[in-house]
Amino acid sequence: MSALDVVDVDVAFDGVRVLDHVSLSMASGDITALLGPSGSGKSTLLRVVAGIIRPDRGSILIDGTDVTAMPTHQRRVGMVFQDNQLFPHRSVIENVAFGLKMAGVGRTSRLERSAVWLDHVGLHGFGARTVTELSGGEAKRVALARTLAVEPAVVLLDEPLTGLDRDLHDRLAAELASLLRAAGTTALLVTHDADEAATVADRSLRLADL
Amino acid sequence: MRRPRTNRLSVAGAAIVVAALVASCGDDDAADLTLVTYDSFPEADTSLNDALDRFTDETGIDVRVLVAGDTGTMLSKAALTAGNPEGDVMWGVDNSFLSRAIDDDIFEPYVATGIENIPDELTALVPNGEATPVDFGDVCVNYDIGWFAERGLEPPETLDDLVDPAYAGTLVVQNPATSSPGLAFLLATIDEYGTDGWQAYWQALGDNGVEVVESWTQAYYERFTWAGGGPTPMVVSYGSSPPAEVIFAEPARDDAPTGVVADTCFRQVEFAGVLRGTQAPDEARQLVDFLVGAEFQNELALNLFVYPSNTTVELPPEFTDFAVVPDDPRSLDPAVIDENRSSWIDEWTELVLG
Amino acid sequence: MNRLPRSLVAALAVVPAAALTVFFVWPFATIVSEALTGAAIRETLTRRGTWEIVWFTSWQALLSTVVTIVVGLAPAAVVARFDFPGRGALVGLLTAVFVLPTVVMGAAILAVLPDALDRTVFAIVAAHVVFNLAVVVRLVGALWELLPADMEAAAATLGASRWRVFTEVSLPLIRPALTAAATVVFLFSFTSFGVIRVVGATGTRTIEVEIWRRATQLGDLGGAAVLTMLQLALLGLAVAWSTTLQRRHSRALGLRLRSPRRSPSGRRERRVVAAIIGGTFVVVSAPLAALVIRSFSTPTGWSTSAWTDLGRSEIRPGLRVGVDPWNAIVNSLTTAIWATAFAVSIGALASLAIAAAGQAGRFLDAGLMLPLGTSAVTIGFGMLITFDVPPFDWRASWWLVPVGHALVAVPFVVRTTLGVLRSVDPDLTAAAATLGASPVRAWHETVVPYLWRPLAAAAGLAAAISLGEFGATSFLSRSGGETMPIAIERLLGRTGSILQAQGYALATVLAAVTVVVVALTDRLQSGVRPSGSRDRT
Repeated sequence: MSALDVVDVDVAFDGVRVLDHVSLSMASGDITALLGPSGSGKSTLLRVVAGIIRPDRGSILIDGTDVTAMPTHQRRVGMVFQDNQLFPHRSVIENVAFGLKMAGVGRTSRLERSAVWLDHVGLHGFGARTVTELSGGEAKRVALARTLAVEPAVVLLDEPLTGLDRDLHDRLAAELASLLRAAGTTALLVTHDADEAATVADRSLRLADL
Repeated sequence: MRRPRTNRLSVAGAAIVVAALVASCGDDDAADLTLVTYDSFPEADTSLNDALDRFTDETGIDVRVLVAGDTGTMLSKAALTAGNPEGDVMWGVDNSFLSRAIDDDIFEPYVATGIENIPDELTALVPNGEATPVDFGDVCVNYDIGWFAERGLEPPETLDDLVDPAYAGTLVVQNPATSSPGLAFLLATIDEYGTDGWQAYWQALGDNGVEVVESWTQAYYERFTWAGGGPTPMVVSYGSSPPAEVIFAEPARDDAPTGVVADTCFRQVEFAGVLRGTQAPDEARQLVDFLVGAEFQNELALNLFVYPSNTTVELPPEFTDFAVVPDDPRSLDPAVIDENRSSWIDEWTELVLG
Repeated sequence: MNRLPRSLVAALAVVPAAALTVFFVWPFATIVSEALTGAAIRETLTRRGTWEIVWFTSWQALLSTVVTIVVGLAPAAVVARFDFPGRGALVGLLTAVFVLPTVVMGAAILAVLPDALDRTVFAIVAAHVVFNLAVVVRLVGALWELLPADMEAAAATLGASRWRVFTEVSLPLIRPALTAAATVVFLFSFTSFGVIRVVGATGTRTIEVEIWRRATQLGDLGGAAVLTMLQLALLGLAVAWSTTLQRRHSRALGLRLRSPRRSPSGRRERRVVAAIIGGTFVVVSAPLAALVIRSFSTPTGWSTSAWTDLGRSEIRPGLRVGVDPWNAIVNSLTTAIWATAFAVSIGALASLAIAAAGQAGRFLDAGLMLPLGTSAVTIGFGMLITFDVPPFDWRASWWLVPVGHALVAVPFVVRTTLGVLRSVDPDLTAAAATLGASPVRAWHETVVPYLWRPLAAAAGLAAAISLGEFGATSFLSRSGGETMPIAIERLLGRTGSILQAQGYALATVLAAVTVVVVALTDRLQSGVRPSGSRDRT
């Protein structure tokens, strides 16, 4: 049973076909990178998997279950957005704990678990900080911690390292790779940088080939 | 760099605006005299207005009738403009509001020519000649005879009857703050139940579904079943309202369709006076003389349904036949009214409208 | 910008400052001195009725605010997030309703509600809600648009259902706009005058209505003055509380870009959006439609007699209701023209002075905004009791009402014009200076020409404000000089007679005129950007 199955997905916006009969399969624990230039529909595919966009045709299966008709919050799909989308009205630790709160985890427990995740991403002690004071790299790590804290079935990463400066980029790429492998998560990563793909993912695919 | 273009539309618009401004500039008062009065005084088309036209023919003075609203508002406006009034002569202050008018110094004292035709008991109310009594009447509860007959219900006979549940929702009264018959009726209840007892009475009236409107015209010509086609068969009006219903009846009739609850009647005297600060004091005095003269007083009965103060005037026969003149109408000492009127009105407002 | 000579700036500022002092500050001071008599204070504050009125005013305002916010949230969200056919029309309709005169809105609510609900608190709250929906949708919608759609999506991926996304993410982030909108709606409902006078039963009184009643019907000026100060104190408290609330909740959110709107996708989403939009359309347009329909409904059945007999408000031969509708229309139009002339002249001078004066200009700016903060009733009342002694005995002057209207309109004129003036590229003036123009000349050539377009737009706004003004006019209008709103209020009070139908007809006329004026203003304003060299390349 695959962790993620994308079956024959078609998406068109205003008459323009963005995704055309796209299919993809991922086994549990796979880290796959999707390569392609901007505007080729990679982010759209991620959003279809997440349930933010409805496909015109086709289906999405997660752990064998057809989730195409399911709303996002029931799919157990985590997503790290290109601009992080951290909640500015919550502190760092509250951001990380958000998913656990939605899952009904008690306050002490979720704060503890979130603190552990902050350690994992190398942000020990950052819990009380406000989101707006974080640097680009720190924010990215918080976003990662937030997504991974709920242990989703599939993690989607939308151009996670694009826009970071060279040094930070390389460092984070290595950290991202080890974090994902350590967690054993199935991860689908979208990027236009082939080197980044090679560092982080097990295999790289081109959207045009799917 | 380019200056914004003025387009033709705005030029045209500006031209229209300028023309309108020029046209509207300044005052447009053509009349020589303005008679300030309340909203139940006819502005045109009645024999009362014809009499005013005859005044113009006789003296060459044009008279414009200016309706300033209900009595309360009319007085307030006069007080606020005392010394620079909206008109020259005011008609319609009654004895319950008189002390307020005098305190606010809105009149220029003038003893009218022909005052000897007015009974002493009326002129005694204005010992300093601030205003001249022009008419009197009784403010009483009127009822629709037919409405009660149809239901086999005896019409009420006393103030006490009005709070009887059998008469629930059958009475419409006016706000004493704004309407002089409204205030007169309130004073009638104070006369009956005393300064400490009237509140309970009005509480009971309220519980019994009494309706309150702002003015007499509204009450009589819109809410009253007979004259207004409205839903309420009893209304605070005048002892001389039944004759009016006979006179204006279509088709003609020889019996009064409305009756009067004599126990509720309160004596009301109305005054007219020269407004202090008028630009035309001589003409104003001439008008006041005319207002108490027989020619004008003759038309009062059939237009305002009041008794002329001028004793030389003969009343129309329908009047004497159908008007109800109570033997002993209620009244209150003017000094007592003066002292308590505002607090009574305040109390009433809180009690009934609050 | 090269500094203009001080004398010029002073000359520009002197007329607006003088107008403000004479027609606002002085009357206000008169109210204060009138109110400060011990007897008046004692009498008013110990009267039970005073506190009952304060209580009623407060809770109906609070209720109106809560209901408006609740009703307005869904349309705000939908308008912020989605693109759908009719979106522009809906926003336009909401704005048009907001600028309608209060008596027209009152008339519309009377028309649409069944008779049993007429003149009840329900009707009052309904009028406030329909009126202020625009405030909530625009203020909250504007901030909601800045909320990235992706943030709500991120919350969803973390397991938050639609409702929890709203409560956990959207609501906290739009809270500043919610507080701002709630404050505006509360202030408006608290000082509501036209709506209460038209829709309320005879005894329904808010503080404003009581001020009016005491001054114009009972002649109790001291009591009215004390109530004015009491209301100001309460309003001050409310604003102070709201400001602290806003300060506490505002945070640098770093929200910059507007999220693009999208069409609703999926059947369920489409249905929900359609229901919300449809519901909002109905809530807002039904009263207006009812207004027009009721003008054809007479006690004797459907007919056009209310319209054809518009000039004749006879109750019985010779007896009129004391107001002439045609006369009222003429009065309204002439007053509006004069009020606009005053407002635009004073506003233009003030804008030029403020733009040129830099820091010192802020005083004039703030001062001119003061009449907005006090109610129109306060302004009218103040003028009524101040200008009664020669040589300032202006109470009977024809120009006093237009001046009162102008006072309320000037802040809008200044806001509109100042924004444009300030956005003129300073390089333009600098260029003119390098070409040899003196500061005055340079300014005259490069800044002043950009005054005309926004002034024209502001003129339209001032006219609309004047046409609908009811509060100050209720104090100042002379008998025979009544404006349309006053006539409408009088006519509408005659329940069950043809006069009421005439009231609806007149209200329809006023609504139509206001909408036309505002629409023309909008068209003018859409071309207001000054085209400097920066735009052209």
